[in-house]
Amino acid sequence: MTVTAGTFPIERVREQFPVLAREVSGVPVAYLDSGASSQQVLASIEAVDDYERRHHSNVHRGSHTLSGEATAAYEGARDTVARHVGAADRREVVFVRNATEALNLVARAWGDANVGAGDRILLTEMEHHSNIVPWQQLAERVGAEIDWAPVDEEGALDLDALRALLGRGPKVLAITHVSNVLGTENPLAEIAAWAHEAGAIVVADGAQGAPKLPLDLGSLGVDFYAITGHKLYAPTGIGALWGRLDLLRAMPPFLGGGSMIRKVTRAGTTYADVPARFEAGTPAIAQAIGMGAALDWLDGELGMEAVRDHERAIADYTLGRLAEVPGLRIFGPPRGPERLGPVSFELEGVHAHDVSEILDRHGVAVRAGHHCAQVLMERLGVAATARASFGVYTTTEEIDRLACGLEDARRVFGL
Amino acid sequence: MEDQLYRDQILEHYKRPHNFGVVEGADLEFEDTNPFCGDEQHVTIRLDEDDRVAEVAFEGKGCAISTAATSLLTDELIGKTREELLRLPKEYVLELLGIDISATRMKCAMLGLKIVKSAAVGQPAEWEDEGQVGDPSEAAAL
Repeated sequence: MTVTAGTFPIERVREQFPVLAREVSGVPVAYLDSGASSQQVLASIEAVDDYERRHHSNVHRGSHTLSGEATAAYEGARDTVARHVGAADRREVVFVRNATEALNLVARAWGDANVGAGDRILLTEMEHHSNIVPWQQLAERVGAEIDWAPVDEEGALDLDALRALLGRGPKVLAITHVSNVLGTENPLAEIAAWAHEAGAIVVADGAQGAPKLPLDLGSLGVDFYAITGHKLYAPTGIGALWGRLDLLRAMPPFLGGGSMIRKVTRAGTTYADVPARFEAGTPAIAQAIGMGAALDWLDGELGMEAVRDHERAIADYTLGRLAEVPGLRIFGPPRGPERLGPVSFELEGVHAHDVSEILDRHGVAVRAGHHCAQVLMERLGVAATARASFGVYTTTEEIDRLACGLEDARRVFGL
Repeated sequence: MEDQLYRDQILEHYKRPHNFGVVEGADLEFEDTNPFCGDEQHVTIRLDEDDRVAEVAFEGKGCAISTAATSLLTDELIGKTREELLRLPKEYVLELLGIDISATRMKCAMLGLKIVKSAAVGQPAEWEDEGQVGDPSEAAAL
């Protein structure tokens, strides 16, 4: 079923985000920076508050009532994440700080054990720094080589070139699900099948994909998938790594400390089973509970199919509206029914920083800069772009305000 | 009414920056980026026989604030010694700009001054008010 923008319960959704009542420059904020960090949904704010007021305690440690409640809520959040992403087993969900930590965990724990001198690592030109730097660090540690799958002129991955590079037999393909700059959705199921044929495992960065798309990781075909809470209407400081159970179980620990052990003696330590093996120290309990509440709200109130359709409708409206602004260069795939956000652009004669500054005067919040994707920026031939990114609360009126703000930027710069 | 930030003088220096280019046979040079946005500037300086700035130029792509700041700053450097360059306070650039610079744009305003100081010292200059450090390998040999 296709849900159009008209049937999406946008007003009911917006009521659930207190910050949207905030004024910037004397008008309600038009928050078009959800790709950097989405606003937190009331259900998540309240769940964190309830934990702190009534249940605050450490998890997996005491047999007292509060610790039992905290443990149940924390592990309940793991169940929610597992259900939301379509995990076959709840033990496949490891809580981490953010997607960056999830990717570092794989590059460290799986990478050090499985990638050696002369081995190849395949990345794409559209990766966020968080899915580049950990692999460069791995390559330096073990003496591996990195290949780069190119992006074509329309901002899509060059799939023929990707297949050719898979022919070099990399140990791992690290690839984003959705580009944080271009809005490109990579066909992960197809790509994962090719990668497995070539003998590579697939590590997917889902920081941007998870907030926009329904997930069924149990059948998608990738081996690891990283998500972060603060782009999913949940607090900062919490994210999750989903991994295939057999791979996780074969991996050595990441960080050492409490919670991740079976037994510690002076002679040495044996480690806990997954996921505890990868959750050393007291975790971000309140934030995990908040993440669970946010996902319950998304799945219960909206459903990810409706979220995806809203995202597509807003991206389509934005691409249509911005095409009317003179001198605007838009990056990424062309307008189409399946195009996702964000929408990145460059206004001729006005630097992205100045665009962002002038939009802020209109209460419109966008990001300006390299978006932690400097390899892609080099490919696009720009130092910085401005980026409008969307959330479940984004309205077409806010996009109209973006377009008006851009006209004003042209006026200020005498264009 | 004139814009409070994007004053005519700022826009004029942004659109037609002074001292834009490269000094051939430069005695001092440095290149650095604003890590916040990836903008780059490259400053080249030729010294006279008294080790004073005889010629200065900059190139790069940046926002109105960083471009205007470096354009205005390079207009003032002729005749200064390296020690004088190193002593220039950030208020010097703020006065040249003559506009209120918010905390989020301070790195833009100071990029050129930071690079001029780095060129003078031959390695990334240290700043008390920001944590950014350039790549020492980019420092030109004196």
